[in-house]
Amino acid sequence: MKLYEYLAKQMLAEHGVPTGGGIVCETPEQAEAAARKIGPCAVKAQVLVGGRGKAGGIKLANTPAEAKARASEILGMNLKGYTVDKVLIDPQLTIEKEFYVSITLDGMAKLPLIMASAAGGVEIESVPHDQIVFAHVDITTGLLPFQCREIARKIGLTGDLAKQFVKVLTGMYNAFRKYDAELVEINPLALTDNGTRLVAADGRFNVEDDALFRHPEFPTVDEGTELEKKVKAIGLAFVQLDGDIAVMANGAGMAMGTLDVLSHYGGRPANFLDAGGGSGVEPTAQAFDALLATSPKAIFVNIFGGITRCDLVSEAIIQVKQSKGINVPLVVRMVGTNDVRGREMLAESGIEAYTEMGEAARAVVKAAYGKEA
Amino acid sequence: MAVIINKDTRVVVQGITGSQGQFHTGQMLAFGTQVVGGVNFDKAGQEVHGVPVYATMSEAVERGGANASIMFVPAPGAKDAAYEAIHAGIKVLVLIPEHVPTQETMEIMQYARQHGCRVVGPNTFGLISPGENAKMGIMPNHIYKPGPVGIVARSGTLSYEIAFTLSNNNLGQTTVIGMGGDRVIGTNFVDALELFNADDATEAIVMVGEIGGIQEELAAEYIKQHVRKPVVAYLAGKAAPAGKRMGHAGAIIEGNRGTYQSKVDALSAAGVKVAALPWEVAELVKESLK
Repeated sequence: MKLYEYLAKQMLAEHGVPTGGGIVCETPEQAEAAARKIGPCAVKAQVLVGGRGKAGGIKLANTPAEAKARASEILGMNLKGYTVDKVLIDPQLTIEKEFYVSITLDGMAKLPLIMASAAGGVEIESVPHDQIVFAHVDITTGLLPFQCREIARKIGLTGDLAKQFVKVLTGMYNAFRKYDAELVEINPLALTDNGTRLVAADGRFNVEDDALFRHPEFPTVDEGTELEKKVKAIGLAFVQLDGDIAVMANGAGMAMGTLDVLSHYGGRPANFLDAGGGSGVEPTAQAFDALLATSPKAIFVNIFGGITRCDLVSEAIIQVKQSKGINVPLVVRMVGTNDVRGREMLAESGIEAYTEMGEAARAVVKAAYGKEA
Repeated sequence: MAVIINKDTRVVVQGITGSQGQFHTGQMLAFGTQVVGGVNFDKAGQEVHGVPVYATMSEAVERGGANASIMFVPAPGAKDAAYEAIHAGIKVLVLIPEHVPTQETMEIMQYARQHGCRVVGPNTFGLISPGENAKMGIMPNHIYKPGPVGIVARSGTLSYEIAFTLSNNNLGQTTVIGMGGDRVIGTNFVDALELFNADDATEAIVMVGEIGGIQEELAAEYIKQHVRKPVVAYLAGKAAPAGKRMGHAGAIIEGNRGTYQSKVDALSAAGVKVAALPWEVAELVKESLK
């Protein structure tokens, strides 16, 4: 989960990283009051999409009255699909140089990775590799000051600025660990006050979803569509796609494979749905029901019964059919644990079930579009 | 022969008294696996399917002679349980739980590395060596049979589908390794390829991969340099959109990284036969063994 800039900076400030002391505001009046304390400021929209500056989400103000006017323009505006309900009033900085520094999770090395560069202020993807310092942290030892000093030297910081950098990086790492981050990024880390002070001018902080149970303090920002939220609430993995054949399979790999096979035969999948291994009748029925509510041209169910019992999947489908009716073509492919019984149950309810995945995929494409693709 | 687990593997089940732990202990025993104990601090002295429950992992090792552990502990308790297993001297640790926070997985991996313990998972369906009657996992028992194919997979059900087709075509397996769907995992494609390459009984290797990450690309590099046995792959996610997490934490195309095409290109260039559809794997394996 991504955190807003103001929360990201709050996490960093808590751990001793200088962030300029901006104030988050929800009304133009609050912005005016904040600007009175801060002086010449930047009014920054708090949204989770990149490129907000170019889209008009960041404006400068030299007086409190200007800050109020800019805030009333930005608050409520629509930035790439998101409505702005908060702005950050940040002091205007005179920046001499911009650095980049981040900590991420390196899946291959199985360790946290620090990236730092003297070429900051731009997307790190556009910086040549030889201008970036890469350093892994031994997670059982933690980040030690010597490692920060080494990185400081490599990006050209010495003396007091190097000491400031050690403090910044240590604070970032401590916040990264404390809040189970998957990304902490300061870009730019600005050199200001005539080259005497490092300040985090912008901050990104992504907390890992799997660790959110430990951090109830964060407001949840769900980026999914309404349908995605609904199915996720059942506890199943779901992604909405732009096709018209609804798909349900058990297991993430199987669900992906089902989309591929369907597409191979000319079908356009409407969604990815992993109905789980060993889910009960009720969640399966709820998921099936949610798919039905999207009015697809057809539904394709693909089950390899391992832990999942085919007869229980059939029971769920029949339950939905009896209570609400299924008014679109339904094709089921079912093999594995208790599959013979599962297919019999479906047959008794007038639903045809297949054993071959390819044959079933072709049947659903034909049922949906009225012709072989 | 088999890799990682065999008939001498003595398994302890962490979380044996939960519903998953109980059910799968029964299934592992039915497969012929030596399950020598389970662990639950509060239920020591009880039995599950005739298997003694110990209070701690060190007891399970000292009194039960366990040398491998399979964990059914829910994600919030996974780090503690994994450290306990490694500390007790366990050398093969299979982590079944999904949603273990990645930073904790990293700690487990580092601790395991320091103590010479092989970790499989997390978020895996486990391991099975059919010819050795050894199973540490949650896969269905009946779809495997002994034979010359080594399988390594990121996903469970899709690999069941493929293993079942292979078995039906009389292509049994030495060992099937579930790597797990997370971003940080203990045993990856390269590790598995190294093991299968050195195993005399394994004559062909099947990789079941998917979009996201660069594991398949690194595997291709390894195959090019070291593997002389035939390798067949099936990759899921050709139809998946970029930027969306497809069920597994690791199954996401980020920027231009982790795409289906990049993986197919890398593997094909390394001489791997990539099946376009899951059921074509068996045919490709059969051809490659001629």
